[in-house]
Amino acid sequence: MQQPEQRDEVEMLSLMLLIRRFEERASQQYQAQKIGGFCHLYIGQEAVVVGVVSAARPDDYLITAYRDHAHALARGTSANACMAELFGKATGCSRGLGGSMHYFDKERHMYGGHAIVGAHVPLAVGMAFASKYRGEDRVTLCFFGDGAINQGAFHEALNLAALYKLPIVFICENNLFAMGTSVERSTSLKEIVDRAEGYDIPGTVVDGMNFREVRDKMAEIIGSIRRDPHPAFAEIRTYRYRGHSMSDPASYRTKEQLEKFRLDDPITRLRAQLTREGKLTNEQFDIMDKGAKETALASVKFAEESPDPPLEELYDYTYVSEARA
Amino acid sequence: MREITYRQALNEALAEELTRDPNVFLMGEEVAEYNGAYKVSQGLLERFGPKRIIDTPISENGFAGMGVGAAMVGLRPIIEFMTFSFSLVAFDQVVNNAPNMLTMSGGQFNIPITFRGPNGPAHQLGATHSHATECLYANVPGLKICTPATPRDAKGLLKTAIRDDNPVLVLEAELLYSSKGMVEPEDFELLIPLGKAELKREGSDVTIISYAQSVPMATAAAEMLENNEEISAEVLDLRSIKPLDLEAILQSVSKTHRVVIIEQDRPFCGVGAEICYRIQKEIFDSLDAPIMRVAQEDVPMPYNERLERAVLPSVEKLVTAVKKVCYT
Repeated sequence: MQQPEQRDEVEMLSLMLLIRRFEERASQQYQAQKIGGFCHLYIGQEAVVVGVVSAARPDDYLITAYRDHAHALARGTSANACMAELFGKATGCSRGLGGSMHYFDKERHMYGGHAIVGAHVPLAVGMAFASKYRGEDRVTLCFFGDGAINQGAFHEALNLAALYKLPIVFICENNLFAMGTSVERSTSLKEIVDRAEGYDIPGTVVDGMNFREVRDKMAEIIGSIRRDPHPAFAEIRTYRYRGHSMSDPASYRTKEQLEKFRLDDPITRLRAQLTREGKLTNEQFDIMDKGAKETALASVKFAEESPDPPLEELYDYTYVSEARA
Repeated sequence: MREITYRQALNEALAEELTRDPNVFLMGEEVAEYNGAYKVSQGLLERFGPKRIIDTPISENGFAGMGVGAAMVGLRPIIEFMTFSFSLVAFDQVVNNAPNMLTMSGGQFNIPITFRGPNGPAHQLGATHSHATECLYANVPGLKICTPATPRDAKGLLKTAIRDDNPVLVLEAELLYSSKGMVEPEDFELLIPLGKAELKREGSDVTIISYAQSVPMATAAAEMLENNEEISAEVLDLRSIKPLDLEAILQSVSKTHRVVIIEQDRPFCGVGAEICYRIQKEIFDSLDAPIMRVAQEDVPMPYNERLERAVLPSVEKLVTAVKKVCYT
């Protein structure tokens, strides 16, 4: 019989696979012009959000930036609802009104999906403020990219969180590039994590290509926040295999760099760890991967067959009416 | 009824709503220990404690965003801007986050937040501190905007705003904080609906449409016109910019056939421009003269007192405009 922890790890690997296969399908559908606007893929970064989510409680508040498909999937939003959102359909997780960059799932405590870089970091602080105000022991998980750390909103938010001792972990997904600008071309500090020190917030560097390290370090941080509310900062170093968005060939970086990270692939690594420890067979892995591919493919069919949001509802979401509230 | 100041009226509204709903809190610069830059939050810290009356650092973008985030998870924040000129530092939160969330989330997240504070030109504060922001925010779907001109409206509109489940901007009039007016007793549940104008004065020759700091100018001008020119002016106080009480506007203009709009904002794309458009679209045939507007001059606000006066709307400018539309 499997230990709960082992079962969890296999489940988490399965989730990482689902994210990757979903993003691959999204890429294909984008190229087939089924998806409009911008589309930012998470391929390569899977261990980050899955590691964090596996260390957190399902009712901890989670909020992120525009590379958000994986965050919804990790929280349990269905691939169908995620793909339908990309297709702009009424069955999407934001009813087709948000799109790729604005995924929301209130029931699963996924608070967006925010596309103005850095602007959601103060929102996260407000959510953490609400937890403390109500005396809850929830922790707010605030994800953002390395591009956000030079925005004023980010700095104001860190100061406020430290000042009010709020239960929040600022999670910088450092994938080395803010769109096409590398960290060394954008940031005066050598180490992003040092930003936290300026606000008297404890910082940790985490290897984002290693699921176990993400989970374990985040479990420690989240546990300590839950015991005694305070902000913390985690710089999780990772890499996106694709360009910034679908329209970006990523010519600003070298093939060698990409290959180096591909060799350190988070899915391959966790699979190897589990296989080596006798917790996963090749057959089991293949079945999981096949399942992930099927789920992703089925989500395309679901999205295609779903209806557009009705035109009559155009004005229904500008103001909430008394009746709705 | 008793006579209180506009400032006291706002203070009562805050205290009553803080008492009524434990999810309501007030946050902003100097709102707690300093008792408010304009003393609107006087005594609230003592009454409600530091958990609910929260001083912030000078971080408008940060604390406005915090308000939006807290609203997403069920609190009802009141965010005070020391002046709405400073809200421009938080423009992204007020424009991009608060009003867009409901649509972007497919209806999952409404944002019950109140942004409040003084708005509009005061006296010799120079270009950066004199903004009338209503025309900027009126352009944004998802925001509601009210502009109380009397103590009674200040109290009733603020209470309604705090209870509204959408983001509402309560644009207070800096020059009117010390003005007095009759208001129902403290225990009276004074709620004034958003989107309802008030007829301040009946008249038959011309309609003067006003709001906020221009309301006292409108009533003063109407008195002068009555006494000196035998022109009977009807004065309408919009009270809310959005929703706009078009019905009240059209009803009055259908009666008088002439209109002057006096507004405290800038002329280009100002609130009056929209009102002109609506009137001519709906009741073009009932107009006997072109609509006139009295707004600021289209320049950054000069510090010099004489020049500032030249930029601002005034009773004299309004009287001139009314005489022009009445062809006298």
